[in-house]
Amino acid sequence: MVVENNIIIEALWVLLEQVPDPEIPVLSILDLGIVRDVQMHGEQIEIIITPTYSGCPAMDAISMDIRLKLIENGFKDVKITSILSPAWTTDWMTQEGKIKLKKYGIAPPKMSGNSSDSSPVCPQCSSADTKLLSQFGSTACKALYQCNDCKEPFDYFKCH
Amino acid sequence: MDQLINYILHLADSNLILTQRNAAWCGHGPILEQDIAITNITLDLIGQSRNFYQYAAKLINETSGKEETEDSLAYLRTEREFKNLLLAEQENGDWAQTIARQFFYSLYQYFLYEKLQHSKDEQLAAIAAKSLKEVTYHVNWSSEWMIRLGDGTTESKERLTNAVATLWPYTGEMFLPANYESAMIAEGIAVDVIELKNDWIKKVTSFFEEATIALPENGFMQTGGKNGVHTEKLGYILSDLQYLQRTYPNATW
Ligand SMILES: [Zn+2]
Repeated sequence: MVVENNIIIEALWVLLEQVPDPEIPVLSILDLGIVRDVQMHGEQIEIIITPTYSGCPAMDAISMDIRLKLIENGFKDVKITSILSPAWTTDWMTQEGKIKLKKYGIAPPKMSGNSSDSSPVCPQCSSADTKLLSQFGSTACKALYQCNDCKEPFDYFKCH
Repeated sequence: MDQLINYILHLADSNLILTQRNAAWCGHGPILEQDIAITNITLDLIGQSRNFYQYAAKLINETSGKEETEDSLAYLRTEREFKNLLLAEQENGDWAQTIARQFFYSLYQYFLYEKLQHSKDEQLAAIAAKSLKEVTYHVNWSSEWMIRLGDGTTESKERLTNAVATLWPYTGEMFLPANYESAMIAEGIAVDVIELKNDWIKKVTSFFEEATIALPENGFMQTGGKNGVHTEKLGYILSDLQYLQRTYPNATW
């Protein structure tokens, strides 16, 4: 029974890998690091997630997408629990996620231990000579920068 | 338990009312980037207040058997039941007044949540720890604007000076605990706001120096918001905010 449960839980993680972030669809919700745990209580599946930002409007969409993905795959009884503590940090984003972000044209977040005054590297030309245009970008999680070399403006996924 | 619920509602209400004020800038900001900035800040504030309201609703329902939700608490309470700071309900005025209001509030929130994350109440501590990261950005943004406006042109300086003079009498209330707050301070749940005052004043003073504007004299301070006694402005805010639920009860999306 335990072995069987473990196989199902592994299958669930594979399914969750297929749920994209609605605002940055190249990232899965696992890349983002918001899925904290997957549990089975008899027939019921519980997915524990943590919000990125308190007011992130994508969280409702993400809960819905998780539910749909699991229902599509035969899991009828799905419970989604949102927990606040420990607070989400960009350090939980996977290395693979950071590579995907850069390819997509968004500068990935630095590790939170690093000094915050150094500018992010331009995702287009990899120049380190970039400047902040606005601390707030197109979504709650991003800031707007511009590259001083190739002159392209770009989004930076804020360290959080 | 009532005192804890009142304390949580106080935290939630200040955020909600400031959210409603700030949201009026959506589509009207001075330039696109700043329009986006103020609405992003507002999104954080509403998210934080939702966390507080959900927690308050849970406690109310557990103790009284009522069926409150985050929505019923926001849309169906009356003016005297709102416990927001008077500062939050003050008018947007010009951009300088909106900035000064945000700066005073964000800086207060920063010191408040820094302590609240160590509250004996685990849920309040979790909400505060999460919100603190967001508020840090709000302080950075609003303090930069304080400096830009104060140390800017003659006109921007004059506007900011007027804004500060208008809002200053509403800042004292932040550091005077209401009765329910004092009860929760004694239990190690609420933050003793009296202790925040020095840090807050010190930071305000240093930013004002950089912005080359004078700190107002410590004159008469307005109070009442925390206990539901508001300026006439709150009624107008609520009539907008609650219009839909009042006109079409139980309407849903
Ligand atoms: Zn570049």
